[in-house]
Amino acid sequence: MSDVVEKTLTALPSLLSLDSQPGSAKLSSTAKLGNLIRGITELTSKHEEEKLIQHELASIKEQVSSPNTTMRQMRELMVRAVYCEMLGYEASFSYIHAIKLAQQGNVLEKRVGYLAVSLFLNESHELLLLLVNTVLKDLQSTNLIEVCMALTVVCQIFPKDMIPVILPIVEEKLNHPKEIIRRKAVLALHKFYLIAPNQVQHIHNKFRKALCDKDPGVMTASLHIYLQLIQENAEAYKDLTASFVTILKQVVGGKLPMDFNYHSVPAPWLQIQLLRILSLLGKNDQRTSEVMYEVLDESLRRAEMNHNITYAILYECVKCVYTIHPKSELLEKAAKCIGNFVLSPKINLKYLGLKALTYVVQQDPKLALQHQMTIIECLDHSDVIIKRETLELLFRITNAQNVTVIVEKMLDFLRLSKDDHMTIDIVGKVAELAEKYPFKHYSTMNAVFSLGGDMMQPEIPNGFLKLLSEGFDSEEEDRKLRLFAVSSYISLLQGEPSKLPQRFLQVICWVLGEYSFLKEDLEPSVVLGLLTKLLDMKSSSSETKSWVLVAMTKLCWSEAAVSEAQQVAETYSSSFDTTLRQRAQELQHLSRDSQLHSRVLPPGGRLEPDEVVDSSLSFLDGFVSEALSAGAAPYKPLHQRQEELSRSKVLSLEPYGLSLPISTSSCSITDRQSPTLLSTSSGLSGDGTDFSHRGSSTTLRLDGVKRVWGREGYLAQKKPVEEVAQVEVPSPLRSPSQQGDANSCRSKTPTPTANPECDQEKQQLASSLFGGLSSQSSVCLISGAAKMVNIQRFRRKAKGQRSSSTTNEQRANPTVSSASAVDNLLCNNLLEADTEPINSSAKQTFQHPHSLSVANGACDAEAILTDGDPKERNQPLSSEDFVEADDSPPREDQERSKDSCLTPHLPAELSGFSHSEIIPLCSSQSLDLSACHVQTDNSVVLVVFITNTSEDANLQIQVFCVCESPVEEVRGRSVSVRQYSLTVKMPLVHFELVGMLSYSIPAGMPQAMMQFSYKLPLTSFIRPLTVSTEEYGSMWLAFSHDTKQNLTLIKEEREPLTATLNALNKKLSLHVVEIIGVEGLVACSLLQDQPCLMHCRVHAGRLAVWLRSPVPDLPDCLLYHCQRALQEP
Amino acid sequence: MMRFLLLFSRQGKLRLQKWFTPITEREKKKIIRDMTTLVLARQPRSCNFLQWKDLKIIYKRYASLYFCLAVENQENELLALEVIHRYVELLDKYFGNVCELDIIFNFEKAYFILDEFLMGGEIQETSKQMVNRSIEASDMLQEVRCTGTNAHPDLNHTRSIVISHVVFICLFAGVGILKRLGFWCFTKQ
Repeated sequence: MSDVVEKTLTALPSLLSLDSQPGSAKLSSTAKLGNLIRGITELTSKHEEEKLIQHELASIKEQVSSPNTTMRQMRELMVRAVYCEMLGYEASFSYIHAIKLAQQGNVLEKRVGYLAVSLFLNESHELLLLLVNTVLKDLQSTNLIEVCMALTVVCQIFPKDMIPVILPIVEEKLNHPKEIIRRKAVLALHKFYLIAPNQVQHIHNKFRKALCDKDPGVMTASLHIYLQLIQENAEAYKDLTASFVTILKQVVGGKLPMDFNYHSVPAPWLQIQLLRILSLLGKNDQRTSEVMYEVLDESLRRAEMNHNITYAILYECVKCVYTIHPKSELLEKAAKCIGNFVLSPKINLKYLGLKALTYVVQQDPKLALQHQMTIIECLDHSDVIIKRETLELLFRITNAQNVTVIVEKMLDFLRLSKDDHMTIDIVGKVAELAEKYPFKHYSTMNAVFSLGGDMMQPEIPNGFLKLLSEGFDSEEEDRKLRLFAVSSYISLLQGEPSKLPQRFLQVICWVLGEYSFLKEDLEPSVVLGLLTKLLDMKSSSSETKSWVLVAMTKLCWSEAAVSEAQQVAETYSSSFDTTLRQRAQELQHLSRDSQLHSRVLPPGGRLEPDEVVDSSLSFLDGFVSEALSAGAAPYKPLHQRQEELSRSKVLSLEPYGLSLPISTSSCSITDRQSPTLLSTSSGLSGDGTDFSHRGSSTTLRLDGVKRVWGREGYLAQKKPVEEVAQVEVPSPLRSPSQQGDANSCRSKTPTPTANPECDQEKQQLASSLFGGLSSQSSVCLISGAAKMVNIQRFRRKAKGQRSSSTTNEQRANPTVSSASAVDNLLCNNLLEADTEPINSSAKQTFQHPHSLSVANGACDAEAILTDGDPKERNQPLSSEDFVEADDSPPREDQERSKDSCLTPHLPAELSGFSHSEIIPLCSSQSLDLSACHVQTDNSVVLVVFITNTSEDANLQIQVFCVCESPVEEVRGRSVSVRQYSLTVKMPLVHFELVGMLSYSIPAGMPQAMMQFSYKLPLTSFIRPLTVSTEEYGSMWLAFSHDTKQNLTLIKEEREPLTATLNALNKKLSLHVVEIIGVEGLVACSLLQDQPCLMHCRVHAGRLAVWLRSPVPDLPDCLLYHCQRALQEP
Repeated sequence: MMRFLLLFSRQGKLRLQKWFTPITEREKKKIIRDMTTLVLARQPRSCNFLQWKDLKIIYKRYASLYFCLAVENQENELLALEVIHRYVELLDKYFGNVCELDIIFNFEKAYFILDEFLMGGEIQETSKQMVNRSIEASDMLQEVRCTGTNAHPDLNHTRSIVISHVVFICLFAGVGILKRLGFWCFTKQ
C-alpha cells in the first residue's frame, strides 16, 4: 500500500508538468473555459467584454481549423464556442466543426458535438443535412448510448424532409429490448407527428402497442401522442376510454414502482396527462363520461396532501369534472376544491383558483357569488397578474346590470397597465362589452381609444364606426348620439390633438366628415380648420393624413370650405405618398365641381340603400374588351403578378416547352375578373393591403366594407361566450334553497376585523358587481345574456332583411371568421353539412360572378364579395377555376323518374367516354339537380342535369358556376343539361365545386336560389403522359418540386414492382415508361400539360417513390392518391 | 408542450437556453430580452405565473438564478413549476449541493441532464435515479475510454488516477471555499 503511495508521490511533479497528456486535458479544458468565464466576470464594461470574446473567438477559430487539433481538444473548443454563442456572439465558423465532432468523435465527444449542433443550428439550416448520415449511423449502432444520443438529437433538431430516411429505423426501435430506447423512439415519433403528421400516419397501430408496453415509462411517453391525436379527433379514440381509466386507477392506487413517485405522489405527470385525455374524451358525451366518474372521484379524494403537486392534480381534476358530462356529486366536490384554491393564502393557488373560477363560471355563476369578497380583494391585489385574471373572470360574468362597474374597473386597469399584450387584450374585451351592452357605448369607446392607443386591433375602431353608421333601433337616438359625438370630438380637437393616438384621430376624422352637418351651428370651414391643424401636426402618420383628406372631401360643399380645401389639396397633390396624392386629387376635383360633389357625396345624407354599386364594374366591360382586341395584355390579379415577379427573380428550372400556355379561355376569365379587382384597387388607391383606408374611400361606400373586418371577425370571438351563457345549468345547482344560501352567505361575508368603512365600500362594490347574479340568481344571468344575444341577432337580422338571403345566412352565422368573405359565403353551408372530413382540407371554391349579387339586388352581398377579394388572392386554397360556358344547345327530353335514367341525357359527344356516377346534388319541390363528371382525353367535363319535376310550370333558370349561363326556360317535366369543362389551376387532393342556381317559377316571378357543391378527386384530371426514357431523363432534371415517400408493394410472388406499377396504371392511369430491374419510371400529366414524374425503387420490401413536377403541391397530392390506390385491395 | 426553458442570473445574464420548437435567432434574442425584463421586474412574493403573448411563463428563483419555463396555454401551471423544481433536484443530485457556479462552469452537463429529463418539449423521465443512472452511464464511458486509450497502460493509469485526484481536490477546495464565503449557494426548498 505504502509502495503505491510512494510511487504516486514521486511521479506527481513530472506528471503535472505534462500538459499534453490525455489525463491532464481535463484540467486544461476546464481551466480554459474557467479562465474565460473568470475573465468575463472581472470586466467592467460591455466594450471590454466584446473585445475579450472576439479575441477568444479568433483563437478558437484558429485552433479548430488547424489539422493538428485532436477530437478531445475539439470537444473543449466546442464548449467554449457554445459559451460565446450563449453570450450573444456569433461563432458560425464552428458549426461545421460541431457536425464533424458529432460524426467522428468517440461517445463523449459525440455527445458534445450533438449538443453543440442542437444549440447552434436552426431547423432550416443547410448544414443540418450533413447531420443526417451521422444520425443514421448512430441509430444503427450497437452502442446503446449512441442510439440514445441520436434519438435525442432527432427529437431536438432534424430537417423535416429527411424524416422519411430515418423513419423506418426509428420505428424499428419501438421493438427494442431496452425500455429507454423504446421511450425515446416514441417521443421521437411524437415529434415527427407534430412537424409532419402525414409521414407517420401508417404507424398508428404501433402507437397502440406502445400504449400497452409493459414498461410504464414507454406507456407514459405514448400518451403524449394520444393527447395530440385525441385533441384532433376525439371520436376515433372513444374505445380507449376504458383503458385510460384503468391506467389512471392503477396509478392513483399506487400500483406503479416507487421510481415514479414524486414527493410521494404516484406519477403526477402521468396522472395529469390521463386526466387531460379523459376530459377530451368525455366532453359532450354522457356515456363515455359515466365510465370515468368513479376514478375522478377517487382522484379528488386521494389528492389531499398539502403540496404543490397534489394541487396540480386537483386543478386538472376540477377542470376535467367541469368539462365532461356533469354529475352533481362530482361538481359539488370540485366546487369545494375551487373554494380552497381561491381562499388559499398562497398566491399561486389563488391564481389557479381564479383561473378555475373563470373556467367554470359560465356553467355555475353561483360559485363566483360565493367568493365575491375574495374576488373583490383580488381586484385590488398588488400583483398585476392576479388583477388581470380577476378582470378576466369578471368579464365572463358580465351582465346588463354590472357591466358599467366592470368596464370602469377594466379602464382603471388600462390606465395603470404598462404591458402591451395585456393592454391589447383588455382593450379588446372592453370594446366587446361596449358593443354587446351599447348603452354606455359611446363614452366607453372614447376611453378605449385614448387609452388603447395605437396598439389595439384595427377591428375595434372599424366596428365602432360601423355601429355608429348603422345606428341602433331608433332614428332619433342615433341622431343624438352622432351629434354628441361630433360636438365632443370638436372640443377634443380644439384641445390638444397631438396627444391623441393615431387611431383615435382617424375615428374622429371619419365622424366629423360624415356627421358634422348634423350640428347646424357649425360651419364646415371651422371643421376644416381643425382638420388642417391635424395635417400640419408632425406626429400625424400618413395614414391619418389620408383620413383627414377624405373627411375634408366630404366637407367641402360650402364656399369658404372650398377655398381652404383647394389650398390643402394643392399642397398634398405633390406628396410622395401615393395614397395621399390620390386623396388630394380627389379632394381637388370634387371641390371644384360642386355638381359632381353633390352627386357623389350628397350633402347631409348617405347614399340611399337601394342605390346599387356595380362593383363588378360591368360598365367597363366594353372598354376592356376593346382594349383586349386592340392587343392589350389581359389583367392579372395581384398575386399572379407577384408570383411572376418572384419567379423571374430566381433561376427558372422549368423547361420552356412544357410551360402552361395561356389559353384563350383563361383570358376570358381574367377579363371577367378584372373589373372587380380594378374597382377594389382604385377604391384603395393602389394600396390593396390597407383596409382602414377603405372606410373613408369615396367611391366605395363604407357599409359593406367594414362588415367583414369589423363585425364578423369580432363575433367569432364573442360566440363562445354567448354560447356558454345559454348552456343550461344543471338543475340541482339552481335549487332555490341554495340560492338562499348564496344570498345569506353574501350578507355574512364581511369579516369583522376589517376596517368598517373600507368594508362598506367593498360591500357596495360587491353588490354592484354581483347584483345581476345575486338578485335573480343564475337564471337571471342566463336570460339576461340570452336577451342580449337576441337583441343583437335581431338587430342584425333587421338589417339583413334588406339584403339578399345569402347575406342573411352569412350574418346569422357569427362564427364565420373574417378570413375570406367569399369563401365563407360559399362554403358555410358546405362545411356544416359535410360530416366527412375533407382530406388535407383541400377545397376549391368556385367563385360565382359578382353579377350574381347584382341580379339579386343585394348591394350588401356584393360589397362583401369585393371586399373579400384581396384577401382571397393571398389564399392558396381557393383558386378559381375556369369553366367554359356550354355551347351545345340544351337538350330537353321527357323526364324519367330515376336518376340513373339521366344517363341518356348525356350529350352525344361525351357518350363515348366513361362518366362517374350521377349524383343528386340538391332539390327543391320543383327542381332536382344532379351532376356527374366525364373524363375525356384532354379535359374533364362537368355535366349538370336540371330536372323540372313540377307538372306544369315552366321554370326560368340560371346557373352560376363561375360564369353565368344564359337565362333559359325549362318546361315542366323536362331535363336541361349543362356542360362545363374544368381545368385545374392548382392541384389539391380533392376539388370541391360550388355553384349556385337561381330560378323562378313561373318565369318572371321572384327568383329562388339553390346552392350546390360537387366533389371530385384529383385523379379525374390525371392523364397518362407518354414519353421516352430520354425525354423522361431530361424532364426529371428540370423539375423543382419533389417529394419522397415509401409505399407498400403489392404482394405478389414474382414481380411485385410490375404488379404495383400496373395497379397504379389501372387505377390512376399513370403511364409506365420503363422498368429497369428494381427501378421503375412512371409519368403522367395533370390537365392541361402539367407533367408529373415518378421514380420508383424497390427497397427493403417497400416501394420508395420520388415524385417530381414543375407544379408545387402536385407531387404531394398525387402521392396521396397513390397511397390510397395501393392500400385498397 | 413546453416551448423553451431559460436560466438566467439576477443580472440578466443567460446561463442556459433550451428551445423545443424551431425559432429564428432574431426571435430568440427578442424572447430572451423580453423574459429577463419581465421576470426580473417582478416583485418578490408575487405569483410565479405570467402571460406572454399566447404562452404561459412560469418562473422561479433559486438563489441568484432564475428558471423560466414557457408552456402552451392549456398546460397546468403548477405542474410546470414542479418541472422546474425537479430539474433543480436533478442538478442538485448530480453536482451535490448545486450552485450557480456549477452551472456556469459545467453548463454542458446541465444540458445533458436536461436532455435526459425533457425531450422534444415533453417530460421524458421523472425519476431522479433513472436520470442520474443514464448520465452516469455516459460519464463512466468517458473514464473507461480515458484510461483505455493510453499507450502505456501501467504508468499512465496511475498518472491519470493521480491527476484526476488532484483535479478533484482542487475543484472541491475551490467550490468549497466559495460556498463558505456564502455567495451563490442555493437555498434549498
